[in-house]
Amino acid sequence: MSKNIIKWAALGVTTLFAFYLVIALYAQNQYAFAALFLVVLGSAVYIFGSRRAYAHRYIFPAIGGMVIFVIFPLIYTIGIGFTNYSASNLLSFERVTNQLLSREYLTGPELIDFKIYHQNPEYIIQLELPNGELLETPPFEFEIQGKEPLQVLPAKSIPISEPLKIRDIVRLKDKLRGVILTTGDTNLSLAGLRQFGAMSPLYTQQEDGSIYNNQEGKLYTPNHDTGFYEDESGKELSPGWTVNIGWDNYLKVVTDPSIREPFIQIFIWTVSFAGLTVLFTLALGLLLANLLQWELIKGKGFYRMMLILPYAVPAFISILVFKGLFNQNFGEINLVLEGLFGIRPDWFSDAGLARTMLLIVNTWLGYPYMMLLCMGMLQAIPRDLYEASAMDGATPIDNLFQITLPQLIRPLLPLLIASFAFNFNNFVLIALLTGGAPDIIGATTPAGTTDLLVSYTYRIAFQDSGQNFGLAAAIATAIFILVGSLSLLNLKLSKVQV
Amino acid sequence: MAMVYPKSVKYRVWATHAGLLAFILLIVFPLAMVVSISFRTGNFATGSLLPENPTLEHWYLALGFDYIAEDGTVSKPPFPVLLWLWNSVKIAVVSSFLILLLSTTGAYAFARLRFALKSTILKSMLIFQMFPPVLSLVALYALFDQLGNHISWLGIDTHGAVIAASLGGMALHIWTIKGYFESIDQSLEEAAIVDGATTWQAFRYILLPLSVPILAVVFILAFIMNIMEYPIASVLLLNVDKLTLAVGAQQYLYEQNYLWGDFAAAAVLSGLPITVIFLYCQKWIVGGLTAGGVKG
Repeated sequence: MSKNIIKWAALGVTTLFAFYLVIALYAQNQYAFAALFLVVLGSAVYIFGSRRAYAHRYIFPAIGGMVIFVIFPLIYTIGIGFTNYSASNLLSFERVTNQLLSREYLTGPELIDFKIYHQNPEYIIQLELPNGELLETPPFEFEIQGKEPLQVLPAKSIPISEPLKIRDIVRLKDKLRGVILTTGDTNLSLAGLRQFGAMSPLYTQQEDGSIYNNQEGKLYTPNHDTGFYEDESGKELSPGWTVNIGWDNYLKVVTDPSIREPFIQIFIWTVSFAGLTVLFTLALGLLLANLLQWELIKGKGFYRMMLILPYAVPAFISILVFKGLFNQNFGEINLVLEGLFGIRPDWFSDAGLARTMLLIVNTWLGYPYMMLLCMGMLQAIPRDLYEASAMDGATPIDNLFQITLPQLIRPLLPLLIASFAFNFNNFVLIALLTGGAPDIIGATTPAGTTDLLVSYTYRIAFQDSGQNFGLAAAIATAIFILVGSLSLLNLKLSKVQV
Repeated sequence: MAMVYPKSVKYRVWATHAGLLAFILLIVFPLAMVVSISFRTGNFATGSLLPENPTLEHWYLALGFDYIAEDGTVSKPPFPVLLWLWNSVKIAVVSSFLILLLSTTGAYAFARLRFALKSTILKSMLIFQMFPPVLSLVALYALFDQLGNHISWLGIDTHGAVIAASLGGMALHIWTIKGYFESIDQSLEEAAIVDGATTWQAFRYILLPLSVPILAVVFILAFIMNIMEYPIASVLLLNVDKLTLAVGAQQYLYEQNYLWGDFAAAAVLSGLPITVIFLYCQKWIVGGLTAGGVKG
């Protein structure tokens, strides 16, 4: 009985919390997030409340984690791909409008220097007119004064305390913004950290939603296709807001040569990098596995241990170690090469060398995995096949191509595809070793000759000054489709039984 | 089986040994070099594999102490390496524990219970597992930015966020544990249920105690994967004191501030324990990796 009370209490608390979170997110116009939590927390309450969904209670946490942290971000990313979300179009329409409407400009003839004095708990603002005349406010408190204008009068005496330093004025900036001083005929407000001036709002909102620039006398209308306020000639006001732009990001990849050329180059490199990595690691791994399989070799434990060492060292450390060793001036690899052949290759500035280096490092990192896989699978090949071939006088090469490979390829293929997909998206290697350098010349997006598609999208989104999240998301969507079809193929090939 | 070997096999065995040893020397060279560099004076020193004037300068700094050189100059540790290691271990332990807890119950349901859409869910889990999180980092960042507004310990620049994000990757572990559960005979649990045990009791008191080995493997596997996680942590963590080792370590090798010697000591110090754990557990880890991936 008491167990039941605890259960229903926990369910009740979850429901309340879910209710709060969903409403709060909805109120902030975060519809996608509100929907996510409505679905996840709603199904949690149903599954743990209903007896019929008993089995689902066991899988709910895992599925929930996957929905929130894998599937939702995936869908959200695909959604961003159809918008112009970027550093220049970051905010919502309402926030952009509010920001523009809060801008002010100077209407009066000149700016007036001011000093502010603190006489706890009150403040006095003193203005010094250009002709040297001093005006001052009566002592006031920010909280009590509110929006009421302060009358300034000719100063009577020099205040006792020192004026506040600029550092304190910065601290008071937000409060000072709200203060309006009046000389009787003009109202003055803050115009910078040292001056007051006769300020008025730069923009006035019209009834049809457009905004009127009081200084230039021009009308700016919101354009919901581009996400900017524009005047008649199409001049845009910054900042803009995020709008749906349909397939434009995808079209840009296809039509804009400064994006298309690097994209194609990076795509070809990505495929070759992943393919060659699989080929090299498999060849090396298979060779070593074969040698370790040979019954006449002693000390297998030692060899095995030493050979999987590259797999055991955390990748982020060994990649950085290679970054140092390949350094052009004081890297050990160039010292050895100079001693032996008198050459000093510049591994990080030449595209071909940088790619070679990536393949060397990635083979070093990846062959132990292939070796371990092959060792397991070689065990499963019946020995009598080799005995029979020995009778026929077959060479080791014959054995490899006639027996070993045909026997291995079926169980190995799904793992090779998985390895291809992993290296296709091997972000950590690129990010830590070359960062994509050297750059492709003539690209408008940050694109490097060693960039893989993943690191390319990462750089478009996070490293470029434009932070073009929309374009990055569009490219990410293309990769999603590719990875998705690879893993479907994999599922088919490995004949997963569930 | 008795094979007859020709006489020349002796030379071939020697050649194989020599080849393997040469290859191992080549493979181990970078690792040996780093250990050697960590004992060299200064950050740009070159020299032989055995340092001529070994110094503990970089090791002092890696362990967080000031180093006073013979001429009296004091160098301060450039980065809080031990703090980063501690952050990494903390995040990895908590998230591996949560992953173990949640994927064990999930695997039980997939192995033993019947429910709607079971095979569809399992298959789609395998597919979604292949999508690299790097590609949805913008969305993940936005997600945690929002969550942080309401739940402060899940916001940007918190370890809670990194731990939570790691819970998206449980499919692999569920498959591994599920494979193991299916290899255990069902009859014990069935007998218990006939005797009046609930499904939960059969799971908790019969199946779970039998599965301790695979749970240890999954814990270690999840731990190592979490320690090495880079993309998510690099976007979610901002403050130097909050970084994990994987994100922080690269700061040693910036063009403008190239601390090769200091990096070497820090790398050996933090990489060694992880490497030893991996080597110690490699048998089970490899089994888990291959079994979970291929077999149903």
